[in-house]
Amino acid sequence: MTHVLDPSALTGAGSLTGPLPDPFADVTRSGDAFRAFLHGLPGVDQVGAENRVKVLGTRSIKTTAKAWAIDTAISMVDLTTLEGSDTPGKVRSLAAKARRPDPEDPDCPPVAAVCVYGDLAGVAKQALVGTDVKVAAVATAFPSGRASRAVKLADVQDAVANGADEIDMVIDRGAFLAGRYLDVFEEIVAVKEACGSAHLKVILETGELVTLDAVRRASWLAMLAGGDFIKTSTGKISPAATLPVCLVMLEAVRDFRAATGRQVGVKPAGGIRTTKDAVKHLVLVNETAGADWLSPDWFRFGASSLLNDLLLQRQKLRTGHYSGPDHVSVD
Amino acid sequence: MSDRLTVRKTYKLYLGGAFPRSESGRTYEVRDAKGHFLANAAWASRKDARDAVVAARGAFATWSAATAYNRGQVLYRVAEVMEGRAAQFVEEVAAGEGISSSKARAEVDAAIDRWVWYAGWTDKLAAVLGSTNPVAGPYFGFSLPEPTGVVAVLAPQRSSLLGLVSVLAPVLAGGNTAVVVSSRDRPLPAITLGEVLATSDLPAGVVALLTGDAAEIGPWLAEHADVDAIDLAGAPAPLAMELERSAAGTVKRVLRAPAEEPDWTADPGLSRLRPFLETKSVWHPMGV
Repeated sequence: MTHVLDPSALTGAGSLTGPLPDPFADVTRSGDAFRAFLHGLPGVDQVGAENRVKVLGTRSIKTTAKAWAIDTAISMVDLTTLEGSDTPGKVRSLAAKARRPDPEDPDCPPVAAVCVYGDLAGVAKQALVGTDVKVAAVATAFPSGRASRAVKLADVQDAVANGADEIDMVIDRGAFLAGRYLDVFEEIVAVKEACGSAHLKVILETGELVTLDAVRRASWLAMLAGGDFIKTSTGKISPAATLPVCLVMLEAVRDFRAATGRQVGVKPAGGIRTTKDAVKHLVLVNETAGADWLSPDWFRFGASSLLNDLLLQRQKLRTGHYSGPDHVSVD
Repeated sequence: MSDRLTVRKTYKLYLGGAFPRSESGRTYEVRDAKGHFLANAAWASRKDARDAVVAARGAFATWSAATAYNRGQVLYRVAEVMEGRAAQFVEEVAAGEGISSSKARAEVDAAIDRWVWYAGWTDKLAAVLGSTNPVAGPYFGFSLPEPTGVVAVLAPQRSSLLGLVSVLAPVLAGGNTAVVVSSRDRPLPAITLGEVLATSDLPAGVVALLTGDAAEIGPWLAEHADVDAIDLAGAPAPLAMELERSAAGTVKRVLRAPAEEPDWTADPGLSRLRPFLETKSVWHPMGV
């Protein structure tokens, strides 16, 4: 069910010229036009969304499928530490864990990225030399996003200069909720430009957007502005990533690709702690956006404690007996 | 008016301070000593054991850090609450074990007294099992007993209440948390004990009472890497040997099962306290 556009009405979909994909070239010509476009997106049936994720959550994933899901989920983890108390030592130990999540088992895949504050991106980069593990840095006055644009852009440039491969920015929720969509849009465009070759993940902070309709609007806004990923939350407020929110965002990236040919990734972050949660998300990805998104290039988990639970489940499958928290590193 | 219908109880597990059904959804028939139907009990699966271990690990920090005095109070409270429900226990023990009411009454009394006995032990363990060590230097050396951690208990198969209390109470008295698999054929006193524990100020998760088959759940607990010790009281001989072998994989403390189920009325001494305590020795500078 593609809600947004009839694909047959598209001409030349797939070619990307400038920040705005073809069919939407003029939606940002004015604040009013952009608001009209975003509010013209189909409404989300909240009860239906909750029901859909509930049904998908009952899928039984066992044995070899479970082993595949666990390994895939591990390879999608953005191993995160975003505390005021982060030290270079902590970041280095996190990086070591990212390279070899389970030191006892060389077959265990590395995670996708390490996610830190911008000033520690250099430490992480150095610790990850020679691996495919990316360094993601949060920027733009994370987590609140309450700073002037100049400060936010400087934050981004600093993180990129420190070696970040990916930038996780927060949108200005205040402006979004006040209806100043074009401001938010322009800020994302400016940040994208400041990123240079670094990938941009746009954090919508869905817990502050209140409704699923707003989540859909914010998703479209971020994708139109050139975000490479849309991310649910900072992890600093509750509720963080929930399955209905993830469903809406996955529908948005699917519809966006159908309309423009450009694929955007999704990253739920915060509140995903157990293997069961992770597997539910993978099922949701497969059933909503499709198997194209089942790769670390297009789907990530922003998490810290999730990795340990995945490793415990992996050890259980490998050894045949239950493992315990003494058998994974404390972080 | 006609005779009223008895309100039949649906028996469930006691796990994490709540009374869930078995994750597997299974139940089994409990029969009295003569083979008459008594009730349906929840038939715990390995996943219930897994959840119980997670709950027990979570509760360990609180329970082991509680003062010995406080632990004694809680165990004494268990005895108090049991006393109030003695009649129900007598009925269940008499039916399950096929003994007379007066014998069952003696068993229940002994079980209640056992709680009181172990309640008294909590704050004496350090004095009896700890020591101030002689050292040849300018410092003090102390040895102190500390709880082992999460203890899996396979409760005795024959003595459904006194045996159960005799293996569970010492584990708790030392500050451990317990995952108990009840007697398979005589689970009713264990189920009622769960209700007693739930209303005795015992923090949620400290005890899980799983009704089911020790032969089915035992191997999972013996191999579980997050279980620190296992009491094989309710494991028959060939199974006990196998469990002991798999427990060695994670170097668990193992309390072996005697060949025959012992007379639980005998004074247990320290024999069931000591196996689930670790001795920590520390040295401390003497100062000036």
